[in-house]
Amino acid sequence: MQRSFIAKNPSVLIFFACLALFTLAVTVLSEGFGVGLASTSFVKTLGKTLCLCLIAVAMDLIWGFTGILSLGHFAFFGLGGYMIGMWLMYERTRLIVVESLSQTEIPPTPSEVVDAIGNQIFGVVGSSEFPMIWAFADSLVLQLALVVLVPGLLALVFGWLAFRSRVTGVYLSILTQAMTLALALYLFQNDSGLRGNNGLSGLQNLPGVTASQDFVSVWFLWASAGALGLGYALAAWAVSGKFGSVVRGIRDNEARVRFLGYSVETYKLVIFVLTACLAAIAGALYYPQAGIINPAEMAPIASVYLAVWVAIGGRGRLYGAVIGAAFVSLLSTWFTGGQAPDIPLGFYTIKWVDWWLVLLGLSFVAVTLFAPKGMGGLIDLWTRRKSPNRHGLDLGPDEGALREQEASK
Amino acid sequence: MNFLKSALTGSVVFAALASAAMAAEDTIKVGVLHSLSGTMAISETTLKDTMLMLIDQQNAKGGLLGKQLEAVVVDPASDWPLFAEKARELLTVHDVDVIFGNWTSVSRKSVLPVIEELNGLLFYPVQYEGEESSKNVFYTGAAPNQQAIPATDYFLEELEVEKFALLGTDYVYPRTTNNILESYLKQKGIADSDIFVNYTPFGHSDWSKIVADVVALGADGKKVGVISTINGDANIGFYKELAAAGVSADDIPVIAFSVGEEELTGLDTSNLVGHLAAWNYFQSAESDMNTEFVETWKATMGEERVTNDPMEAHYIGFNMWVNAATAAGSTEVDTVRAAMYGQEYPNLTGGLAVMLPNHHLAKPVLIGEIQEDGQFDIISQTAEVPGDAWTDFLPESALLKSDWKDLGCGMYNIETKTCVQTLSNY
Amino acid sequence: MKRLYLLGLAALLCCVMAAAQASDIQPILQEHKQIIAKSARKTIAPAIDAIAKSGSPQAQTVLETWAAKAMWMRKSDGVFFAGEKAEDKQYRLFDFDSGEVAGTYPKADLKQIKPNSGIRAMIGTALVQFQLIDPDAARRQAALTSIQRDPEVRFLAPLRASIEGEPDVKLLAQKRRLERLLTISFDKNTEARVNAIEEMSGDLGVDLRATLNPLVATTRDVALGEVPSGLNIADILAPGTEFFSRTDAYDLLVIKSLAQPKVTANDIRNALAANIDGGRVAGIPVARLDNDTARHRAYDILAKAGQAPARVTTDDVDAALASHVFFESYYEPSPDVTTAANASLTAIGLRVGLNQTLDLALDALSLTSIYFLAAIGLAITFGVMGVINMAHGEFIMMGAYTGYVVQRIIPDHTLSIIVAIPLAFVVTFTAGVAMERLVIRWLYARPLETLLATFGISIALQQLAKNIFGTQARPLTAPEWLNGAFTMNDVVSISYIRIAIFILALIFLGVFLFIMKRTRLGLETRAVTQNSRMAASMGINPGRVNMLTFGLGSGIAGVAGVAIGLFAKVTSELGSDYIVQSFMTVVVGGVGNIWGTLAGAAMIGFLQKGIEWLNPSNTLAAQTYMIVFIIIFIQFRPRGIIALKGRAAGD
Repeated sequence: MQRSFIAKNPSVLIFFACLALFTLAVTVLSEGFGVGLASTSFVKTLGKTLCLCLIAVAMDLIWGFTGILSLGHFAFFGLGGYMIGMWLMYERTRLIVVESLSQTEIPPTPSEVVDAIGNQIFGVVGSSEFPMIWAFADSLVLQLALVVLVPGLLALVFGWLAFRSRVTGVYLSILTQAMTLALALYLFQNDSGLRGNNGLSGLQNLPGVTASQDFVSVWFLWASAGALGLGYALAAWAVSGKFGSVVRGIRDNEARVRFLGYSVETYKLVIFVLTACLAAIAGALYYPQAGIINPAEMAPIASVYLAVWVAIGGRGRLYGAVIGAAFVSLLSTWFTGGQAPDIPLGFYTIKWVDWWLVLLGLSFVAVTLFAPKGMGGLIDLWTRRKSPNRHGLDLGPDEGALREQEASK
Repeated sequence: MNFLKSALTGSVVFAALASAAMAAEDTIKVGVLHSLSGTMAISETTLKDTMLMLIDQQNAKGGLLGKQLEAVVVDPASDWPLFAEKARELLTVHDVDVIFGNWTSVSRKSVLPVIEELNGLLFYPVQYEGEESSKNVFYTGAAPNQQAIPATDYFLEELEVEKFALLGTDYVYPRTTNNILESYLKQKGIADSDIFVNYTPFGHSDWSKIVADVVALGADGKKVGVISTINGDANIGFYKELAAAGVSADDIPVIAFSVGEEELTGLDTSNLVGHLAAWNYFQSAESDMNTEFVETWKATMGEERVTNDPMEAHYIGFNMWVNAATAAGSTEVDTVRAAMYGQEYPNLTGGLAVMLPNHHLAKPVLIGEIQEDGQFDIISQTAEVPGDAWTDFLPESALLKSDWKDLGCGMYNIETKTCVQTLSNY
Repeated sequence: MKRLYLLGLAALLCCVMAAAQASDIQPILQEHKQIIAKSARKTIAPAIDAIAKSGSPQAQTVLETWAAKAMWMRKSDGVFFAGEKAEDKQYRLFDFDSGEVAGTYPKADLKQIKPNSGIRAMIGTALVQFQLIDPDAARRQAALTSIQRDPEVRFLAPLRASIEGEPDVKLLAQKRRLERLLTISFDKNTEARVNAIEEMSGDLGVDLRATLNPLVATTRDVALGEVPSGLNIADILAPGTEFFSRTDAYDLLVIKSLAQPKVTANDIRNALAANIDGGRVAGIPVARLDNDTARHRAYDILAKAGQAPARVTTDDVDAALASHVFFESYYEPSPDVTTAANASLTAIGLRVGLNQTLDLALDALSLTSIYFLAAIGLAITFGVMGVINMAHGEFIMMGAYTGYVVQRIIPDHTLSIIVAIPLAFVVTFTAGVAMERLVIRWLYARPLETLLATFGISIALQQLAKNIFGTQARPLTAPEWLNGAFTMNDVVSISYIRIAIFILALIFLGVFLFIMKRTRLGLETRAVTQNSRMAASMGINPGRVNMLTFGLGSGIAGVAGVAIGLFAKVTSELGSDYIVQSFMTVVVGGVGNIWGTLAGAAMIGFLQKGIEWLNPSNTLAAQTYMIVFIIIFIQFRPRGIIALKGRAAGD
């Protein structure tokens, strides 16, 4: 029986509707296009949250559906940000330089313009020459292509090497963590040519755009919502058909799938590269809203947080990842913003700035122990979906393979 | 469902923001933007406490312009993009009139575009690498010529150092400072081969090889000196290794730009006596105002707490801002800024700090020797040195000048007599 | 101590007072009042000289008091005194000449003279003449140190004279060595110098190299036609080599004013800008000067008209380089000395290189032991039990903080460490057991989720530590007997604390092997990890075994924390610095085998030091490339260096 993609995945339509409604509501409330109830900084927070939701979808695809716990996806996220950041920085500086050089008596030569741009960008970190990796920074189209190509290529090479030698499970997790750490350390060096610890900054100022941030923030919200919607649909499509079945088979028992004649490595590699590209696109939209990207963004801890979002939201279901990312990151903003009221206990006052991380940490533990389905489990309660009772038996022999609670969906 | 979740959380957050914005209008709000968690909390929490203490003191004196001051403290959690977000929140949601904050250069670069876009006012209290001048930022910490250059002069003239090891943590402040120093040393006739540079990661702890390298520099008979821009707690391992290797301050002196009283509380200084630090302030400075400041600080925070240079910078910055606002009769950013130029306020170390048109202070430079009790013995104090935004020792920035008062430009090219740009290049 | 010294000083002064009236020191001090109070090395020399040469019996005491920062000036009249701290911020002053108490003053009325270390060194040099034959061995030592720091020709004779009759064996050896070094530098007799060089050849001391290297220092120069005679030539340079490029050669000519400076792009632009005439430069419209060809054309026209210096062409450069000879010459005029010094330095260089390698190996070994110590607990929890414990680093941190707290309570450093090590074990053992019982035992079947849960515990513990101990680093000080370093020679040395960590790592290796191979617990642990159900049916309680094993791993992490805190720092982030490294150590080495962990730690340690040696100016790069190497390594040996085979591999 052939059913259409939409019919098989009603959640996609619901998700689209929710996303559209949300975007519309924020637009109406925004300072730029609406009544001004939602401050620009809050709109930016929401826009960034949408990008985080997108990378969470990618994470769910690789972890929840394929069973590879990658602790390095923020490396791709960051790379995507760097690629777009290079163009933003180059172009903005070029406009300033051309304007300033036009006041001199002799018109500048092209090489003088490039030198001056280099001087402005790298003067801060004590250098003035353009490194090789900036070769395409003057072209928006090429840099946009690089947003996907560079992280995709890295994922391809890394994934090919790792899957080929059958590195699996926690080893792969630690290896991906090492990858993101190595990349972060590399970019921390000034010699890497991306301004070291300072990173690329001022990215929120789009070159040639004079509109205020009140508008720009909403544009990016739209773009982020669009990307999230497309990414969600793509992910849903990828896991719905035969491809999705094989991928889930790999999660539940890799050896059996291999014996059935599927090229497990190829499937894994495709998913790995696809999620890397999704993460990179999310990053390319995130950092112009954040305004600055630096290597600390790629520290291994960021990717661990990503896994935590997905776990809290409920892995193995795409909307779970979105809920988890949105919920935890917004809650985090609220607590660290100093807006959560202190709790006086008489002998001690609980300040949330100090205690929020303790609460967050303990809630990970609680979720892992008591609610392995995460917040998505709440939806099961609502839809009255129940797991079949198999008296605690595994579905497969492999440790870490799907347990029956997860298989139920 | 997802929407419901987002919307619910969203509205909770939003309600909180809105209610904060609608809080009482009869106070003047002062934003405090220092990390209270994450890696930089180690240094920045102290500054938050300093600000709260200063604001309390001012309120006890009757506030400002007949209103009470209210501190709005946010936590950017050592997360650089979050600094920009929190700064925007402070300026648009909380409507603060001034922000005191930041420690690292990267956090300042993150905040700059926001402050400039929304015309805010930031007081930045930490020694930094210069090469920047923003209309909306007052730099109350030292520029390179107020710390690094005098310290190097001290090495060259007083200690006759002929060979330099520039050790730093790998980030922008040490990188730029070392660049400036390299260029300066070459102008002073020090050969390229007599300058050894090394960069280590944040929190580095394995120093044995680097210390051995430095000791080996002495092999060609020249006096070796170490200029350290090592940041934060990496210093602890470095000094422990230095002490273990028996490097005496008389043989290989080390002068540090990022080691103050606060950092020394983390180690036993008995083996480090005689090594140096250059700052604009030491707790051991002898003046009545300083005695009072230290006593108030200890009374508020506890007897074992110490004071340090960025605290003095906030002390001067805050009091100048109060005086400027009083003089202008308003806390509106542009009027306050106009009133800031030429503001004078006594340094805790004696003498007057003056706010210059380039948004830097004129402050004396002090050099102190580490003592057994973890304090510094001040052995050299210069007259007030005017801070220079664009260093004279790098060819590109030697041509630049900052003057917001008369020229209205932070990046003025004195050769072509044009303003390169009015916004900063972040 | 200071008080006693000053009293003794006073007594001494009293005895000699009568004879000393004629040559009082105070007038000399007064004569140089300004420069002494100003205290700058550039200007201070006359004052020190005057005191040293005054012939006054107080000269030595004045200089010593001054160097000890114990000289004070009374602000009212500018008279100098020796001072000591009295009660309530008052200072008691002693007159230099009479030695009597001149009164007690509040600090505000006085100015402390604080010589910086540059001036102190000069005072030390001035004191040499008094101290070299002083009956007090400590002062003779001070004199030798001063000479060593600042060798001068005038010390050679007195030093030689003082060698005879030196009773102290150690000082005698030092004096002999110093005499040889001074001979090399300053003796008038070339033969004596060459002999001294040859005598000391092969010595590894930095001081010898510091003496020899200035002898072979060269300067680059250039001459027209032929090399001038009378110079001690080191080398004739041919332009165009790696060390002396053609640009270098031409720049040298320009510096010596033997050639025209090259015209830079900037010069051209400035010259053009200066010659704009009605929107045109040399007839070319300004708007068209936006490329180098047009600019050069316009500039050449200007140059022809004499309005700017002509551009230097390649031919000009060729001609200039061809007509000159470039050479390096020694500052030292005697060729015999430079030859001997060079030969000696070559010999030393080889030995220094060997010793540096040894030193590097020691460093690497030390790093290995640190990584091993940090990872050994993990080797148990992860390697043996298969539990991913992201909070392992926080157990290390807990151990370090335990050490700090113990040191607060027991101030004696030795005793506190002896108490802290078992206590750290107990604390982290308890924490580990609690964590295993409460969290981990529910997750044995889900290793990836253990990772998340323990990560949650990790951030909670880290923040708790911040809330309790604050964000500042806390001091954890090693006992006195671990201070300093074991020094083989001036090149090879390693600090005692690192040796202690190395020994601790060895002990733990032994303990681990003993427990695993020789005890009931070890047997049961191995049984449970290989097949939990089978073990249970043999009467082993897997829950209890898991609990104890996990506790053991955590406890060892705690002890490692004390050791790491001693050599580095104690902060709440201490653990997170080591966690990724520790995991990589275990994974690279091969999970489930302690020798593998050791091999992993050794590989990472030696590799890191090796890369640091290749690129000494960037330690960060060393770490980066090390991790990249590990990633690639794991691709080829996914099971680590020592891989378990067969059933134990549990694949």
